[in-house]
Amino acid sequence: MLSVDLAARRLGLRPGTPVAKAQALHPDLVIMDADPEGDRQGLERLALWFQHRIAPIVAPDLPDGIVLDTTGADHLHGGEAVMLENMITRLKESGITARAAIADTWGAAHALARYGRRRITIVPPGETEAAITDLPIAAMRLPADIIDGLHGLGVSRIGPLAGMPRAPLTLRFGPDVARRLDQAFGRQAEAIIPVRLQTPVQVSRNFAEPISAAETIARYITRLVPPLCAGLEEREQGVRRLDLLLHRVDSRTEAIRVATAVPVRDVKRLTRLLCDRIETIDPGFGIERMVLTASLAEPILHRQGVSTLIEEEDADVSDLIDTLANRVGTQALYRFAPVESDVPERAVCRVPALAPEDTREWPDHWPRPTRLLPYPEPIQTMAVLPDHPPVFFIWRGIRRRIRCADGPERVFGEWWKGDAELTTVRDYFRVEDTSGETFWIYRTGDGEHGETGSQGWFLHGLFE
Amino acid sequence: MPAPEPRPALEALRAQVSRLEGHSRRRRGVLPFGVPEIDGRLPDGGLALGALHEVAGGGNDALHVAASGLFSAGIAARTRGKVLWIATRQDLYAPALQHVGLSARRTIYVAASSDTDVLACFEEALRHQGLGAVVAEVARLSMTASRRLQLAAETSGALGIALRRWRRQTDAADFGQPTASVTRWRVSVLPSVPLPVSGVGRSRWLLELIRARAGECADFEVEACDAKGRLAPCRLTLPADLADRPDQEAAGDWCARA
Repeated sequence: MLSVDLAARRLGLRPGTPVAKAQALHPDLVIMDADPEGDRQGLERLALWFQHRIAPIVAPDLPDGIVLDTTGADHLHGGEAVMLENMITRLKESGITARAAIADTWGAAHALARYGRRRITIVPPGETEAAITDLPIAAMRLPADIIDGLHGLGVSRIGPLAGMPRAPLTLRFGPDVARRLDQAFGRQAEAIIPVRLQTPVQVSRNFAEPISAAETIARYITRLVPPLCAGLEEREQGVRRLDLLLHRVDSRTEAIRVATAVPVRDVKRLTRLLCDRIETIDPGFGIERMVLTASLAEPILHRQGVSTLIEEEDADVSDLIDTLANRVGTQALYRFAPVESDVPERAVCRVPALAPEDTREWPDHWPRPTRLLPYPEPIQTMAVLPDHPPVFFIWRGIRRRIRCADGPERVFGEWWKGDAELTTVRDYFRVEDTSGETFWIYRTGDGEHGETGSQGWFLHGLFE
Repeated sequence: MPAPEPRPALEALRAQVSRLEGHSRRRRGVLPFGVPEIDGRLPDGGLALGALHEVAGGGNDALHVAASGLFSAGIAARTRGKVLWIATRQDLYAPALQHVGLSARRTIYVAASSDTDVLACFEEALRHQGLGAVVAEVARLSMTASRRLQLAAETSGALGIALRRWRRQTDAADFGQPTASVTRWRVSVLPSVPLPVSGVGRSRWLLELIRARAGECADFEVEACDAKGRLAPCRLTLPADLADRPDQEAAGDWCARA
């Protein structure tokens, strides 16, 4: 076991115990596989959050900590103690048990946060040496084999280790021990390499004279897009969302935002998307500054094209989707996908136009109408109960005599969706009137039992 | 009725006329129906690709656009590539389109807010190189708009289908107005094929080819798109009536009445 939580620690489990032994002791133990890469990414995200909230220089302290240089930042948070208390409380609220320490050096703070007596430790300046003398040498950020070797020599605390002569130690264990000691006591500097929030690619242009004509705006858009794409190319990214801010001379800002369905880095395509929207902006007395920002960028995934000679690749339509989506809205472009439901109006759902394709299909042995009415419309009928189609029906004021019919197709209510559908039944008929028009009608209820529905008739769709 | 015999002089004249029309456009090819009676009536033996076609419903179908919608879906299903379906009122039921072979994976729907938007999206889509077919449900289609659409379709080679859908029966007279579309179809329902048992037989349609550029008008009685196109791109199985009958001469009701 690499790590245990508080509950497991109370049961007497410690890191290093074999899993089999722990399971033998406590059979209902929850065991999760170690995920060092996931941990690292999580720490990086947390570090970014700290950088956003607390101090500018923050780095993950692998494998399980975060190191912050709070010099000059504590007064913004009400002093060191309050700041640490806040940090720990916030982490606790999101389910993380944390300990914190402030010391003159990274090494000392690292040791105190992990092996200190209290949950929060603050070492006043200059008292670092006294604070860490009693801590075990495992707190020294040294490799496990060196720690074992030092234990073999009978050294278990930092104080005695610091008092030992350096030369034999270096000869036996290499330079690491001396370096870590010096770093912890502040005799040797140690830099924190901060995580860096990636700033979005941005290009801007100031105008000596304000511009306002649509053609001029379009011309400068065509000049701004290529450097933006070059910047994206350096990062191997493409834009998903592009913001063009136009600062007017009267201190107001007009904005164009375009979004794409897949990451794009094509100059022509982005220019086109932006220029399509010029008509939506009001230049007022003129525009003096244009800023183009790739506010959402994603890595472009390159994939191999179809390499066989037989199979032709389907053309890419994502550029058309983008153009149309910027005209009618992303919500207005969609595909239908099957849903496993027998109730006709629930059997389809809308998915984004470029959503990954799934292989499911609707069953093709039931007749389904070409047009499904948004709401079933009540009709007047005359029908023999329980399971005959009507002889005629009146829909929208027109009486139609039924020439032939197929059915019933019984659809039961989905009782798992709600109590109201526990007993409901619909009997669908496909009926054709004397002129050849075919309709999809249903009766709520099975024609015999009152609890299955009102026995009323509805028209739900049109075949042809 | 057999296809008209080829006359070399006439063919040469046609070629000359199309040259005079000035579009140095490549021949885009055609999408045949696979029914000799219909294909024989169409210039080059099928629906021209890279062109605008108009489809409307007859009778009540002018409002509901169910049969004509299915007819258009059947055509779109036989093209290659994605299909775009633009409409203001979206009440198509995707499982039915799957029954004529137009898979939901291929079909992208655009819900436009107005007729103007429909036409704008239609033109934009027709200019795109990668689509198989574009179907747009429009009520009014002016000469200018249709000419723009036709020109857009010529640049890409996509099959454009303007599916006319009116709100009122009286508006359907609009279908008489001239447009620049290459062919114009009206689909009306006929009583279905009678079955020896009770039940609804295969639907039949009356296909009226009202206009065909460089072709003649004609009427055909056909069976609806194959509802049992279980696999892969379903063909519009118009000739089922013919295929099922041992003797084609006896297929009296399957005649082109033009």
